[in-house]
Amino acid sequence: MLKLNVNGRSHTVDVEPEMPLLWVLRDHLNLRGTKYGCGMSLCGACTVHIDGVAVESCSLPVSEAVGKKILTIEGLAKRDLHPIQAAWIEHEVPQCGYCQTGMIMSAAALLDKKPRPTDDDIDAAMTNLCRCGTYARVKKAIHAAAEMRALPGAARKGTAS
Amino acid sequence: MTITLSRRDFMKASAAIGGGLALEFWFPVAAKAAGGVSSTEVNAWVVIHPDDRVVIRIARSEMGQGSYTALAQLVAEELDCDWAKVSAEFASPNEHIRRKRIWGSMSTGGSMGIRGSQDYVRKAGASAREMLVAAAAAQWQVPANECSVDKGVITHVLSGRKLRYGQVAGAAAKLTPPSDVKLRDSKDWKIAGKSMHRLDIPDKVLGKPVFGVDVALPGMLHASIAQCPVFGGKVKSLDARIAEKMRGVKKVLREENFIAVIADSWWRADQALNKIVVEWDVGAHGNASNETIAAMFREGLADPKLPQARKLGDTDAALASAAKVVEAEYQSPYLNHATMEPQTCTAWFKPDGFLEVWTSTQNGEASLAVAAETAGLPQEKVEVHKMMLGGGFGRRGGSQDFVRQGVTIAKSMPGVPVKLMWSRQEDMQHGFYRPASMVRMKGGLDAQGKLVALHTRIACPSILAVLMPEAPLKDGIDFSAVRSFNDAPYEIPNQQVDYARRNGHVPVGFWRAPGQQNAFYRECFIDELASAAGKDPLDFRLAMLRAGDKNRLVLEAVAKAAAWGSPMPPGLHRGLASIDGFGSYTAMVVELSVSAKGVAKVHRVIVAIDSGYVVNPDTCRAQAESNVVYGLSAVFQQENNVRNGRIVESNFHNFRLMPLPDMPKVETVLVPTGGFWGGHGEPAILGIAPAVCNAIFAATGKRIRSLPLKHHDLRKA
Ligand code: FES
Ligand code: FES
Repeated sequence: MLKLNVNGRSHTVDVEPEMPLLWVLRDHLNLRGTKYGCGMSLCGACTVHIDGVAVESCSLPVSEAVGKKILTIEGLAKRDLHPIQAAWIEHEVPQCGYCQTGMIMSAAALLDKKPRPTDDDIDAAMTNLCRCGTYARVKKAIHAAAEMRALPGAARKGTAS
Repeated sequence: MTITLSRRDFMKASAAIGGGLALEFWFPVAAKAAGGVSSTEVNAWVVIHPDDRVVIRIARSEMGQGSYTALAQLVAEELDCDWAKVSAEFASPNEHIRRKRIWGSMSTGGSMGIRGSQDYVRKAGASAREMLVAAAAAQWQVPANECSVDKGVITHVLSGRKLRYGQVAGAAAKLTPPSDVKLRDSKDWKIAGKSMHRLDIPDKVLGKPVFGVDVALPGMLHASIAQCPVFGGKVKSLDARIAEKMRGVKKVLREENFIAVIADSWWRADQALNKIVVEWDVGAHGNASNETIAAMFREGLADPKLPQARKLGDTDAALASAAKVVEAEYQSPYLNHATMEPQTCTAWFKPDGFLEVWTSTQNGEASLAVAAETAGLPQEKVEVHKMMLGGGFGRRGGSQDFVRQGVTIAKSMPGVPVKLMWSRQEDMQHGFYRPASMVRMKGGLDAQGKLVALHTRIACPSILAVLMPEAPLKDGIDFSAVRSFNDAPYEIPNQQVDYARRNGHVPVGFWRAPGQQNAFYRECFIDELASAAGKDPLDFRLAMLRAGDKNRLVLEAVAKAAAWGSPMPPGLHRGLASIDGFGSYTAMVVELSVSAKGVAKVHRVIVAIDSGYVVNPDTCRAQAESNVVYGLSAVFQQENNVRNGRIVESNFHNFRLMPLPDMPKVETVLVPTGGFWGGHGEPAILGIAPAVCNAIFAATGKRIRSLPLKHHDLRKA
């Protein structure tokens, strides 16, 4: 039995310690917003936060996530949408959307580290792959989210219903 | 048993077993009968709730291209409802069959989603509006033409009385639909033609489980699959003793051409699959390779008796008397679609004899037919739930292999839902690839540098021969193999296109803009001819296009937007391409640099598109951006090589997708001229390969006649 803290809730799972966190989330905890794209740390579709850092969950044995704070896309929006999510809607970033939850988690981690990222910061941090080619809008929306967050009390569009 | 009932079954099952995380599931449909007040189907496309919410049914699939929203816009425009109250749901394939194909085509390919259904979906909206107005007029006992509508509120103009759509929907549904309706002129559009926010995006940014791979059902098991690595091969023997004992494994399935493991999680199924020792009977193609395939194409090109896909004038004579003859051979590799979501299908043979299927499909009706055939059930006893697609690009329409497998696997476990998902490696190595091909072109210029003859020989697999072997092909000519040559708009008096249909054993399919490799060949060769004639590439093309030709209009539009002919900043170079397809006309300018080390970087892409009409400008721009990236990945990096009969590449390390830092600035110039409906999902990919390669010639003096670019030394000649 392994104890996990996911999105602020604790869960006990009976799985092999080497099972990648991705599959624990998807098939055992039914948190299916985190996606499988390659299984080899190549695409970023499976990105989650571990203690605030963006990590590819397809390559992280679940045992290594024990005792850490795991945040998935399902836990990103609090009462309001996260500014990244709001900017994503405003700038119509997703196309098929499959890579986007990973994309959003990477972008959210970037903003935590660099509240006003430059284009170069974005290029370096956003290694997620998108087959639909949403990159230009990803960049634009990250800048927009950074601005949104910098304005105190800025109106956030949408709700996390 | 109707689908409504079966959906309710799931709801009950979910509630009974305790709700919460463990049994949460999700359907991409509007909740039925919220609060016990039921909605009304005014017609097959339009459902109205008492509180005025409008649900618009969508028959085509949503794979990122945006037609889920754009089709709803077209219906809502004619319906005159309040866009803020509109949501969409997929039409049920089962109901489609039972109601005699009431939703027209469910096929989602060829950039046909909007242009192939705009007429009947707009009429459905207009017809529903008339019925709603007639119902209100009848209630007031006034003539319908004394009523007006604004955002779903009907007003009797003289008396000022008002009724909302939600109040009259029930009465309207009982009326006979009008036999004919008038559609709105696009200049009067209020909802269509505007960049409405896409209806599917909010769920996607929250990570709601909307995709085929996200299906979860009570008691569901998971399957991972391995097919014979050599196409056409079969299972000879297998040793699954270790796999069978692994944790969570429920079954090892052996079929004629694949093996699968069914387990209680996908990872466990896949781990066990990798522990199975399989011996494959690889069949006749175990030695096929890039070399044998190239030899097959060369043999085809040398065939003296090829069918002709176009013959105008006398190319032999014109070439013999030409002042200058230019010849070149071009080729391209196989390409996988690499949809970000791998192929997937969930199937459940239910105790009541009904089969339910959930899948990411570009054609719900085709999925239903394949599922029924595989199950041995009448189509009425099968439902296909259309999920959002994690990319399609042509992989999930004509080829329904994943449905056949998913249903076969679930059939071995009656009563238990099983979700099949392919691993990335399986997906990479068992695609329906963009055909590899080889062409030889010969062009003749007269003394004034005018192109007087073009003879093209094309060796290319036929996609239809693989996906629709029964389709009648005139002279064996597959349009997707000869397009852009057999219908080139340039006024060249002597043209001949010969087609060598050479299929080989690699399955080919519709890869975004099928036949787009011909755009690369043609538009690069036109550049070669322009330079042999000593002409500017733009002038050379314009001189071959009649006044009023729509190709001419987009060329002029892109030239203007890119300031073609103006001096470039040092180090930057331009390339041009003009090409039509999928109902639209496009022209593209690429600006790139090539470093001293030979590294090419695309800085800016300007694309002009005339699609006749534009339903959602922002979505159209997104599609242009998408096509540019999809195209650039192929141009720079991608290829699927064949060795020992199998595909060499296995994942994104050796089949690379363009990463974010390489994203150029994309400027989309929409120039809709009206009078026809063109597509947006594919046209903008057509110009990218030739425009890039023509810019590389401008930068380096090197002609690129094969892709991907990674094999070329781009240091200045
Ligand atoms: S699935 Fe984890 S990086 Fe691709
Ligand atoms: S939005 Fe489709 S893969 Fe990124």
